[in-house]
Amino acid sequence: MEPTIVAEQQKQQVIHKKRWKASSVIIYIILTAWSLTTIYPLFWIVNNSFKVSRDVMNDSFSIAWNPVWTNYENAFERINIGRSYMNSLIMSFSTVFLVLLLGGLAAYVLSRFQFQGKRTIYSVLYATLLIPAFATVVPVYELLIQTSLVNTYWGLILPQTAGNLTFAILVIAGYMSTIPKELEEAAFMDGCNRWQMFYRIFVPISRPVFASASIFVFLWSYNDLFSALIFVNKENVRPIVALLNEISSQYGTDFGLMATAVSLTVIPVFLVYLMISKYIQKGLTEGAVKG
Amino acid sequence: MKGDRKYIWMFLLPAAVIMAIFLYYPFFKSLYLSFYRTTGFFDKRFVGWNNYERLFSDELLGAATLNTLEVMLYVLVFQVGIALVLAVLVDSIRKGKDFYRTVFFFPVVISGTAISLLFVLFYNYNFGLLNNLLAQFNIEKVLWLDQGNALKAISIPTVWHYVGFYFILFLTAMSKIPSDYYEAAKLEGISGLKKTTMLTIPLIMSDIKVVITLAITGTLKVFEFVWVITRGQNGTEVLGTYMYKKAMVDQNFGYGSAVAIYMVIFGVVLALVANRLLKRDEITY
Repeated sequence: MEPTIVAEQQKQQVIHKKRWKASSVIIYIILTAWSLTTIYPLFWIVNNSFKVSRDVMNDSFSIAWNPVWTNYENAFERINIGRSYMNSLIMSFSTVFLVLLLGGLAAYVLSRFQFQGKRTIYSVLYATLLIPAFATVVPVYELLIQTSLVNTYWGLILPQTAGNLTFAILVIAGYMSTIPKELEEAAFMDGCNRWQMFYRIFVPISRPVFASASIFVFLWSYNDLFSALIFVNKENVRPIVALLNEISSQYGTDFGLMATAVSLTVIPVFLVYLMISKYIQKGLTEGAVKG
Repeated sequence: MKGDRKYIWMFLLPAAVIMAIFLYYPFFKSLYLSFYRTTGFFDKRFVGWNNYERLFSDELLGAATLNTLEVMLYVLVFQVGIALVLAVLVDSIRKGKDFYRTVFFFPVVISGTAISLLFVLFYNYNFGLLNNLLAQFNIEKVLWLDQGNALKAISIPTVWHYVGFYFILFLTAMSKIPSDYYEAAKLEGISGLKKTTMLTIPLIMSDIKVVITLAITGTLKVFEFVWVITRGQNGTEVLGTYMYKKAMVDQNFGYGSAVAIYMVIFGVVLALVANRLLKRDEITY
């Protein structure tokens, strides 16, 4: 009897293994197919940015073995994309800095202090997540005109800071509330006041959450077309997304230039992402974005 | 701690001030403006519920609402659906997890405006990528952005943009399921699809709820895809672009504000309904 049972088992195992293999091949095929949809368009656009418009139109699949730099020259000379770059970077980095500073301080208080009204503040913050930019844009625009901040860097930095603070406070507070109390007490024994405790202990320990929050705030600020169109749409302060929108209506037939503008917008962000993608995943892994 | 009160105030104040000025005050001001008929910023007249009555007879707004709902349907079915399937698949493999995680997230970091411009180049009738592709197979060119197709054509980049974001959220939730559950399932002989539908999905239900809420509120904010690709023409007007046109292009601040308030209420109601429908006992482990 026994040998047959063993043989039976082996047979089953073989079948099992085979089936496992077949199904995992299918899984890899599906996953690879989806990753092609995320990789190929990027390759396509960068590839086409090195061709003259005529070739983009007639032969967009071929690889640009002889790269042409005309589009890049045009992008910097004719539409002054460098200027928009600078504008974008200045405004987005300032927004990130302000959000982290103000959000970090507020998150520290909300996560480590006991006081009356804390629950109310949390409820208000959660409710704030439901206010979209559409519902504040008109009065903010009016306010910026009255204070002549419209079409200045502050005209985008301040509204975007306000808009991103809720997210940052909730995420950072969530992280800080997991830091053990003993650490705080030890620091207090050493004579730290609250301010020193914040920047000597809580900020360094919370570095991962600051990193991931800063990445998301940067992306949302850099990519925010709606606010840019309204608050900073003059040529000298316009960020890169507003310029892209302009290109699509002004130079809609110059395919090479469009491909170049998209490539120039996307590639720096993309390279930074590849370098720090671990942080992004980590920030999300800590349950950070749960609204 | 002694003197904490001072610090509580000092640390909360800067954030509170900036949010009060650029978020809370404008929100209530919008609410206030929605009861006025305005001409520019200086001339306004109280009209009571007039703007809100107009909302209900505004056919363009009705169309924009329906279009937004249609996009929302695609987002819920395809964006959340694809993200869930991909997460289940990636969770089940051993090699290459990190690669797929990194690659699937690519579109999320790209600005919607850049993606829109990319799709403008895809959809262009004469020289776009898609019609080029069709031409190679000798198939007649298609008008991708006409009345019948345009909204679907816009939904594709909208869906594609954020699949990776929800994928990561799902994958994270799955990685938190204790392995004893899977071992128990293995002993019971449950595997494959059954394991996914009976174990994994019920266990991450609370995360699915969060994602669905995010997807619903996110769809209400769709703006750049429509604005860049069609400017809201050919039956693609959504609430975001309609509000922009009313408030900023026509400079009709009163009615624009009423549209914005309508969007907020619409979003809250939809989110509540979704959470009601998905109500389940939360599982903690």
